[in-house]
Amino acid sequence: MLKKIQKSVTQSQVWKSIFRVGIPTDNRKRALAMLGNVVLHLHPIKVKKSGLRMSYTWCMGGTAFFLFLVETITGLLLMFYYRPTVEYAYFDMVDLREVAAFGIMRELHRWGAHAMVIAVWLHMFRVFMTGSYKPPREFNWNVGVVLLVLTLLLSFTGYLLPWDQLAIWAITVGSNMARATPLVGTEGPGSALLQLGGRKLIHVGSDARFALIAGRTIGGGTLIRFYVLHCVGIPFIAAFLIAVHFWRVRKDGGISGPV
Amino acid sequence: MEAIKDLINFLSYPKWSFTLSLVVFFLLVRSKKLWTRRGGLIMLVAAVTLFSLSLLDPNFRSVVAKPDNVPIVMMVFLVGFFLWLALYKGIRNDELIERGEPTFEKSEVEDKIFTWPDLVFIEFICMILLMVGLVVWSILLRAPLEEPANLAVAPNPSKAPWYFLGLQEMLVYFDPWLAGVVLPGLIVVGLMAIPYIDTNPKGNGYYTFKERKTEIILFLFGFLVLWCQMIVIGTFLRGPNWNFFGPFEFWDVEKIEPLVNVDLSEIIWIKVLGVGLPSHWLPREIFGIILLALYFFALPIVFSKTRGLRRYYEKMGPPRFYTGVGLFLMMMLLPIKMYFRWALNLKYFVHIQEFFFNV
Repeated sequence: MLKKIQKSVTQSQVWKSIFRVGIPTDNRKRALAMLGNVVLHLHPIKVKKSGLRMSYTWCMGGTAFFLFLVETITGLLLMFYYRPTVEYAYFDMVDLREVAAFGIMRELHRWGAHAMVIAVWLHMFRVFMTGSYKPPREFNWNVGVVLLVLTLLLSFTGYLLPWDQLAIWAITVGSNMARATPLVGTEGPGSALLQLGGRKLIHVGSDARFALIAGRTIGGGTLIRFYVLHCVGIPFIAAFLIAVHFWRVRKDGGISGPV
Repeated sequence: MEAIKDLINFLSYPKWSFTLSLVVFFLLVRSKKLWTRRGGLIMLVAAVTLFSLSLLDPNFRSVVAKPDNVPIVMMVFLVGFFLWLALYKGIRNDELIERGEPTFEKSEVEDKIFTWPDLVFIEFICMILLMVGLVVWSILLRAPLEEPANLAVAPNPSKAPWYFLGLQEMLVYFDPWLAGVVLPGLIVVGLMAIPYIDTNPKGNGYYTFKERKTEIILFLFGFLVLWCQMIVIGTFLRGPNWNFFGPFEFWDVEKIEPLVNVDLSEIIWIKVLGVGLPSHWLPREIFGIILLALYFFALPIVFSKTRGLRRYYEKMGPPRFYTGVGLFLMMMLLPIKMYFRWALNLKYFVHIQEFFFNV
């Protein structure tokens, strides 16, 4: 009976139009399954056995990417509820916690973010310990370092959004550093040199910190700036660089292994 | 019990714990017995036992069990586990190489496996397990939400996000322009420079320790001793007013640490020479400036002529060698400044408040 239903489903025109190959039963179909699917074709048809081992890869690059997807999806759902203004931000968080359906979205997003930072570090640790940054993979290591920085920036910009005491003070402590940027921070070495006709060019209303938090103190301007960076700006760049990262893994000879 | 706690509290103060961590680090990288299955198991049991026993202490529990600190505890265990795994595999491979046999990876690298089903299913199962883990974690632990943002009421301590707490901890020793801008920037630059500085062709694509000893020890020193350890200190051991508290110590807001830090210029001009500070910054800070110049410009040249290091200079060539040494000296500035602080209460080597140039 079940067999019959299964057969009639998998033989139907609808099914066949979606899954051209079906469940692979021979090597030709195994290759076709990888080639015909947009997600799977990120992978080559065959991989080194040494690179397949979890004890070699620690699965950390994949974990980091998976968490990036989790963050994208949960973040999208959170965006339906959250308004990045001083009036609403905090109370939308309270609502997310108390009344929104599937009330663990914020938890998934927050713990996923912490986990992603850790996964990216561990991925870098593994790549270093296997010497996988060595030629021909130097450039991809660099892309990876930029992705690591972007991960931290994503987490940092997201930190402000709950608009609670933890958020605003963590960003205060973090963004105060910008004040001390050499040349372009008011309290940075060399900023006093930038003068025009005796007038200081770098002051609290024009320095790096001002540009970062859109004001002299953290407020509504900072919130919208961090929100846009967090939800659109940085994810866009990160997604692009992830694509470059994966592309280069393939072009540099697949997962690293001894030559 | 209390005596043991007091001892641990005492030993965890940075000047002792950092020194201890240096000793432990060099014992760890020299040891071979620890990086076996048995050694790993012993370390795991010891760490879990120590952690579980510590959880009995209310002060320890109150810090570690904060929802946002849970991932950092996880990170400590994960980093420990993967350190063991990497060195375990590296040392097994070193033994194989010594016997003239192919490494573990080499014996399998020619063997090509179809991605479907092997890799696809590994990924699929990993995704399911991760998702389950994340959902369970999210159900068990609510994301904290504190009181509404208020710039008029500063929490004590005010902490940056946890992954920047190593940098915030550096603020104890350096001014913000170094701890918050220049040094983090150099960490990124230094990481990016690694593949171009490291010319060792060995150890590409397999675990090894012997063939890449210098690289691995330098990286682990930066990653474990400086980065991870500073995050742990900044997260778990820094309380109100950024005062240091041992793991079993109560976070007392009233705790006062007398701070009488002095500049190098004050030590030399007032204490040693017995004359007052010159009013112009150049003569005042000249000793610090000379010291830094020697450190950053003379030392690399000395290194290039030192017997043990000259072979690196010849192998790598001057540009790679000097970039690498420069980055290394930047990294070592942190532990050096720490020890000057602990030994002499040194505040700044160079203190030119006129230009906010304080090192």
